[in-house]
Amino acid sequence: MSTETTTAPVKVKVPKEALFSVKNKRLIYDPLNDNNPITVQVLGICSALAVTVKVKPSIVMAIAVVAVCACSNVIISLIRNIIPNRIRIIVQLTVVAAMVILVDQFLKAFIFDVSKQLSVFVGLIITNCIIMGRLEAFAMANKPWPAFLDGIGNGFGYGLILVIVSVVRELFGAGEIMGFRIIPESVYTAGYFNNGLIIMPPMALIIVGIYIWIQRSRNRKLIEPN
Amino acid sequence: MDSVNIFIKAVFIENMIFAYFLGMCSYLAISKTVKSSVGLGLAVIFVLTVSIPVCYLLENYVLKAGALSWLSDDFATVDLSFLSFIMYIATIASIVQLVEMVVEKFAPALYASLGIFLPLIAVNCSILGGALFMQEREYANVGEATVFAFGSGVGWFLAIVALSAIREKIRYSNVPMPLRGLGITFILTGLMAIAFMSFMGIKI
Repeated sequence: MSTETTTAPVKVKVPKEALFSVKNKRLIYDPLNDNNPITVQVLGICSALAVTVKVKPSIVMAIAVVAVCACSNVIISLIRNIIPNRIRIIVQLTVVAAMVILVDQFLKAFIFDVSKQLSVFVGLIITNCIIMGRLEAFAMANKPWPAFLDGIGNGFGYGLILVIVSVVRELFGAGEIMGFRIIPESVYTAGYFNNGLIIMPPMALIIVGIYIWIQRSRNRKLIEPN
Repeated sequence: MDSVNIFIKAVFIENMIFAYFLGMCSYLAISKTVKSSVGLGLAVIFVLTVSIPVCYLLENYVLKAGALSWLSDDFATVDLSFLSFIMYIATIASIVQLVEMVVEKFAPALYASLGIFLPLIAVNCSILGGALFMQEREYANVGEATVFAFGSGVGWFLAIVALSAIREKIRYSNVPMPLRGLGITFILTGLMAIAFMSFMGIKI
């Protein structure tokens, strides 16, 4: 049957990958569009909807998620070979929780008012499925550098949706962006009113729904069969 | 009377899904059929009702500023509240592990149908969110915290069962192609949340 080969497996020298090779760049670009964590992977929706009333808290939230996601990806990727498989969820949660405590204390120390607005949602970064999902799907099987890029990319993909939704909501809900008035007073005197409904939480869902609609009609391969 | 108010408030006015969007991920992913969503909803009710009172006791006898004074007067100034995230998530993760073992033993069919989402209740935001709301709202005693937890669970259960019923029906409608699946589910949830907003005016 099979002839036994006694030769030792030839060591193939893997050329060292450039820091920003095409593959690594894809790790950052993909989550921004084709593989967006919110609209395609359906991860991390909870906090995305609740903090998007104003632009400023959503940017802070996005930065916090990028930081936590990138750091915990790197840490898990470094220790991936020594984590026992059965208790990996608890190990991952502990690492993420430690990161989130750091971020929470940082926010409380330097931007207290925003931290107050975000209330429980900073703590909820621990259970943000983007972070857990990326840890499970990517960091457990990859080296630290790609894991870092993956964390950054997914964090930004999440941030992108947050910023889009919050810009729409603050613009139509309050007529301003980041506290600067965009819709001039003269429009108000002509009989324009702020849309009070759009500040309400449900409209965030509908805006994301419409965003998904636009994204999928431009990119037809994302359409679900049913 | 107070606990009845807390219950009604937690189910309708401060509904986990429609007012705070907590636990959306599994809510959107599991709501394809009524049967599996009933199973997941019951599991969430159970985990909430068990883990939040435990977190409440932790908060009031270990973590809060001055909470350790029952040990000795030396600890009266110790404030461990910055550790609350880790303590809560550890409590929740271990209770989920327990629930998983119990369900696997006594209801294997339900266990198979829930699949990966049973362990994922550990990262369901509604559980940790409930714990953090409990911390923020400072309930008077364990009973009130338990009622709040049970009410939140029932609210989550109602929401997921209602959505899955709508999704079972909407399969026969002609939804625009790019909106099918996730898109229409988002918009449906939004409309349901607008309906639930009518409870907001109720003062109890």
